Amino acid sequence: MGTPLDRLAARFTALLGRDSVIDDPVRLRTYECDGLTTHRASPGLVVLPETAEDVAAVVRDCVAAGVPYVARGSGTGLSGGALPRTDGVLIVTARMRRILEIDIPNQRAVVEPGVINLDVTRAVRPYGYYFAPDPSSQQICSVGGNVAENSGGAHCLKYGFTAHHVLSCEVVTPDGEIVELGEGPGYDLLGVFVGAEGTLGITTKITVRLTRVPETVQTLLAAFTSIEAGGTAVSAIIGAGVVPAAIEMMDALSIEAAEAAVGCGYPEGAAAVLIVELDGPASEVAHQFAEVERLCRDAGAFEVRIAADDAERALIWTGRKSAFAAVGRISPAYLVQDGVIPRTALPRVLARIDALSAASGVRVANVFHAGDGNLHPLVLFDDAEEGAAERAEEVSGAILDLCVEHGGSITGEHGVGVDKARYMPRMFTDTDLDTMQMVRCGFDPAGLCNPGKVFPTPRLCGEVPGVKKGPHPLVAEGKAELF
Amino acid sequence: MDALKILAEACADVRPAEPDDAPWAARFTAAPADAGEAAALLRAAADLGLAVVPRGGGTRLRWGAPPTRCDLLVDTRRMDRIVEHAAGDLVVTAEAGTPLAVLGAALAEHGQRLSLDGQPPGATVGGAVASGAAGPLRLLYGSPRDLVIGLTIVRADGAVARSGGKVVKNVAGYDLGRLFAGSSGTLGLIVSATFRLHPVPEARAFVSRTFAGPGEAHDAVQRVLHSPAYPAAVECSSAAGHRVDVLLEGVANGVPDRAAAVADLLGGGTVAAGPPSGWAELPAGGTLVHASVPPGSLRDLLAVPLPADAALAWSASGHARVVLPGGTAPGRVADALAALRALGSAVVRDAPPDVRDAVDVWGEIPGLALMRRVKDQFDPDHRLSPGRFAGGI
Ligand SMILES: Cc1cc2nc3c(=O)[nH]c(=O)nc-3n(C[C@H](O)[C@H](O)[C@H](O)COP(=O)(O)OP(=O)(O)OC[C@H]3O[C@@H](n4cnc5c(N)ncnc54)[C@H](O)[C@@H]3O)c2cc1C
Repeated sequence: MGTPLDRLAARFTALLGRDSVIDDPVRLRTYECDGLTTHRASPGLVVLPETAEDVAAVVRDCVAAGVPYVARGSGTGLSGGALPRTDGVLIVTARMRRILEIDIPNQRAVVEPGVINLDVTRAVRPYGYYFAPDPSSQQICSVGGNVAENSGGAHCLKYGFTAHHVLSCEVVTPDGEIVELGEGPGYDLLGVFVGAEGTLGITTKITVRLTRVPETVQTLLAAFTSIEAGGTAVSAIIGAGVVPAAIEMMDALSIEAAEAAVGCGYPEGAAAVLIVELDGPASEVAHQFAEVERLCRDAGAFEVRIAADDAERALIWTGRKSAFAAVGRISPAYLVQDGVIPRTALPRVLARIDALSAASGVRVANVFHAGDGNLHPLVLFDDAEEGAAERAEEVSGAILDLCVEHGGSITGEHGVGVDKARYMPRMFTDTDLDTMQMVRCGFDPAGLCNPGKVFPTPRLCGEVPGVKKGPHPLVAEGKAELF
Repeated sequence: MDALKILAEACADVRPAEPDDAPWAARFTAAPADAGEAAALLRAAADLGLAVVPRGGGTRLRWGAPPTRCDLLVDTRRMDRIVEHAAGDLVVTAEAGTPLAVLGAALAEHGQRLSLDGQPPGATVGGAVASGAAGPLRLLYGSPRDLVIGLTIVRADGAVARSGGKVVKNVAGYDLGRLFAGSSGTLGLIVSATFRLHPVPEARAFVSRTFAGPGEAHDAVQRVLHSPAYPAAVECSSAAGHRVDVLLEGVANGVPDRAAAVADLLGGGTVAAGPPSGWAELPAGGTLVHASVPPGSLRDLLAVPLPADAALAWSASGHARVVLPGGTAPGRVADALAALRALGSAVVRDAPPDVRDAVDVWGEIPGLALMRRVKDQFDPDHRLSPGRFAGGI
């Protein structure tokens, strides 16, 4: 009766209905990649379940058939986390988009995984609340994807990441069971599920924490003649004990791109601009904002612009928010890198990236969340030129090495996925990776839930952890006894 | 040659256990000097098949069930170095045995702090992470699971493993820091932890008012939570009446205005610079219950019938602690647990043996089967703090 996938297609059609199962090769191709378009694979089968029970039934059938499966939200991930398997099933949450409950007395909301991040904020805004994690993709990415990637945004400097804003998750485990992971007694399985990139199960319902809209928001743009001066300002602000909602930095090349794309009108001649946003109680913000302005000027800012209202604030942010896409204006192709360094290493690492760029002839535009040392170097190349992509890839990888060398991380928010699994050994030992995978073996001993992501080499779950050495040699030889 | 000698080859400081080492019987006590010694010790313990229980300052050894077996007590207090304080990055790494008070003092010299309060005197870094407990500041800063950004552990087989790192923003690999927070020594031995820090606020103020009825206290808390006051902590304690205390932290120019606004929200609260008596503290002894009760259920929590001499403290982070004095009949403890479990989960942390034997200590444990499987991976022979944890793990 055909391949295992054919049989599954028939079962899922009976279970979910014809229009919830996609097996037409042309339509399947719509799902062949996520936001990382360099990795592509057409899924064997796509299903669009509407309930947790549907998801559980699909997972159980996949497991029974030994077929791998991958969850997909909006497909905006930048590390290939939702890259499908040609021999597997892609479980898409696009039809699980209900906001189930808004509970203001408890400052929380319950949503289905396919709900768009910004829709949560839109729904609770009338009550004076919002959902704090704000990835730049928030108009399109799903809360389920946010959970899987532990996504953050410009404002996570003050408010933290998705992990800090999720109170519980209903999860379909790799056994096909539905369990609630939350704050009950026992291990914090929720804590490890968030950020596991869809490798420990599929979340079907998420209780998120809502954050009170701050009384005031104040935003400034400071322009510097050197990137070092911008870095000095960042250190001075943090050193003064100020915790801004966001501190973002752009270098000359990314400013040039943003200018070409959206005409953001940043001060002319700036080698770096800093966007600093403070929010909170009005009396606090007014005081600290004056201090931030002074610190920027002390660090050498030649111009400081203060947003007088929401429209001016939006204008200041336009340049930053368009930076990724804008680079397309000045380069036919580019890679988006995502690495982290200790904030204090910023000037040193940027100088090294400069040197790398000069030595290789590959241009690098720098956009980053300066407050937490999260770099997004955009590595530019011409895909029509032979070998250019490889050279860009090399520079991009070398930047990650710089991050690790300076005590940082190979990813601050985009995740490991398929893209960076090979870089994991640069940051972690085999034992570290083996230990992490013990969790995976506990959840998914068959290794069918989003396999091939995060870890460069899968751990065989049957193995007894570590090297089994038997009894102590002295005991074995009869020279020692226990107790 | 006996087990003690084998252990002594791994760790210089090993001796037969003494009665004061733990509230239960142990065979040996070892105090490794560093992660290397700790690893050798756990490897030797694995070879010998010993049941291992870690201890730090010993302030919370009575939490959870006593271990079903304890051959080797690993005392972390010699591992007490502050490995690295990167002040400019607001990050610190400290060994597990470092007393939080010592760490706090070192950080304060740089105007920084670990925003984790409610820790008893003597509590260590490792113990705080392993117990997962947090005080009033949890409302704004979270608990150890939110503050740990990197963790180094020794596994049951003696292998040393690390997760996370030294930067706050980091999504490379699974976050074992969150898994180990609150795991009570049942998954591995924590040897060092890296935390994110915060600047010590320039000013703070406590705004307090006592309300006669649960409903009034509940409504006052709701008004504060839905206001833009941005409190660092909101507490409600029940003794004589229901007292609501709000902690505000921030800049010297801003805090007084906010305190005045909160005093208004409370309908006339008093403002003080220092903490009110009993802040972040509960009477010791008796039965200690931790319950999760979200703000919307505060009214119901305050209406739970408790013995007259019981103490109750609730944090707006949704966590309540109830102390039922020693001598409370097990049946009354069971009644209180049932009432608390109608509002959320409730766990008996510490209790006299007769109470512990008579009541359901953990209550319902969603995901227990998964927890057991994770435990089996980390500790297949069930030698790490056996029986101490939820579901008998
Ligand atoms: C222009 C642009 C800007 C971006 N900016 C940011 C940013 O500022 N910060 C940031 O952190 N990220 C950013 N991203 C990356 C991406 O948007 C986030 O990772 C986002 O959270 C992914 O959500 P998604 O719904 O698109 O997930 P997908 O891409 O569909 O999936 C991502 C991962 O989640 C898993 N997954 C999806 N749904 C579930 C579920 N229900 N249960 C379990 N696992 C699931 C998938 O298997 C996959 O591993 C950006 C992406 C783009 C394209």
